[in-house]
Amino acid sequence: MKKISFILNGEKRNAYVEPNDLLVDVLREKLGMHSIKYACGRGDCGACTVLLNGKGVRSCIILAIEADGQEILTVEGLSKDKLTSLQESFIDQGSFQCGFCAPGMIMSATELLNKNPNPTEEEVKEGLSGNLCRCTGYTPIIKAVLDVNEKDVDKK
Amino acid sequence: MAIVHEFEYFKPERIEDVIKLLLEYKGKASLLAGGTDLVVRIKDEIESPAVVIDIKGIKELKKLEFKEGKLHIGALVTFADLIDSDVVKEQFPLLWESSKTVASVGIRNRATLAGNICSGVPSLDSGPALLVYEADIVVRGAEGERVIPALNWFLGPRRTALKEEEFVREIVFSLPVKKHGGSYVKLGRYKGEDLAQVGLGILALEGDEYRLAFCAVGPVPGRAKKIEALLNGKPLTDSLIETAKSLVSEEISPITDVRATKEYRIHIAKIMLERGIKAAVERVDGKGPAYGERLI
Repeated sequence: MKKISFILNGEKRNAYVEPNDLLVDVLREKLGMHSIKYACGRGDCGACTVLLNGKGVRSCIILAIEADGQEILTVEGLSKDKLTSLQESFIDQGSFQCGFCAPGMIMSATELLNKNPNPTEEEVKEGLSGNLCRCTGYTPIIKAVLDVNEKDVDKK
Repeated sequence: MAIVHEFEYFKPERIEDVIKLLLEYKGKASLLAGGTDLVVRIKDEIESPAVVIDIKGIKELKKLEFKEGKLHIGALVTFADLIDSDVVKEQFPLLWESSKTVASVGIRNRATLAGNICSGVPSLDSGPALLVYEADIVVRGAEGERVIPALNWFLGPRRTALKEEEFVREIVFSLPVKKHGGSYVKLGRYKGEDLAQVGLGILALEGDEYRLAFCAVGPVPGRAKKIEALLNGKPLTDSLIETAKSLVSEEISPITDVRATKEYRIHIAKIMLERGIKAAVERVDGKGPAYGERLI
């Protein structure tokens, strides 16, 4: 066992891990971040997406030990105080059915909007192309991401 | 699924220490950068290393630098880094365009160019760019460094010229002396994340010089020498393209698998050649479809 420390959702956290422990398991099982979903286990579906140093990554193919000294953001951290306008937009558009893909979708879309606050539909599709949804047909999800932008424009 | 296989983990901070570990655990060590390939292979127990050497602690391997006409891409440079680089987009647009087609954002944020060529799968999207720009791969071993031209790098599916106790320090792209345009055409099942069924990189240089390389249609990515010999020195015409297309089946040896049949791959490769070469030639003069626009 090796002790690792990292910033999780703005707070310093420690965990004892084996070299072969996966980040997704440590975050879910040891640190209670149940928004993260484990599905394909090979980086193809995006359900386990978290932001590592601000970038969307697949926590199912990262060793927990690699996170030592890094910064991680999950949905729990994103909405610590209140829902983000992206999350509100997901609710408005009914972008959930079973909801399993939503945390990963939201983390990937958050990364996209941080980098590019006014994405085109094509850019949204590219940004989310590694996140699979088996219910919605994607239309309401893409609309929700585009809508955040419109909402923010309305506010101005 | 958790990882069943147990291993030791090292994160050295100096290149010398990587070499030391590689010698000490010869044949039993795996290098870890982005891990998008390695971690899956360890999970599947295809690879069972005694030690995993994480090279992310070595700062100099993060270097992405353009000087004196050479682009130095350190072993830790990810596809996202390449896509975000203005120098790559402006000076090596074919590398930029092909990087955009690799998997998805969440994979490109971790996966490195060096890791991609070390995995050396036949469908690797970076292969054609390396071959047409004639990049050099700088590898470090116990006895120092050696340079392996990309043209000699790929030996077979998942087999490269890299020796067990060596590792890739950087990949160097030299800017072509002549003005150039390029295109990377990739056929997936849909626009999102997918492996290439056929990939084709084309570099068109001023003065009717052409370099073409295919991936995913043979055991290794390779240059299309016969097509190049036909085209070189000739301005592009429709009839020339037709003749070039008739050579495609001599250049590639695709297989039938779950993603596509051999016949379909050959058929579509011809169409990709036609569209790709037209775009590449138009782009030499800054015309044609924007880089990143899908051609198929």
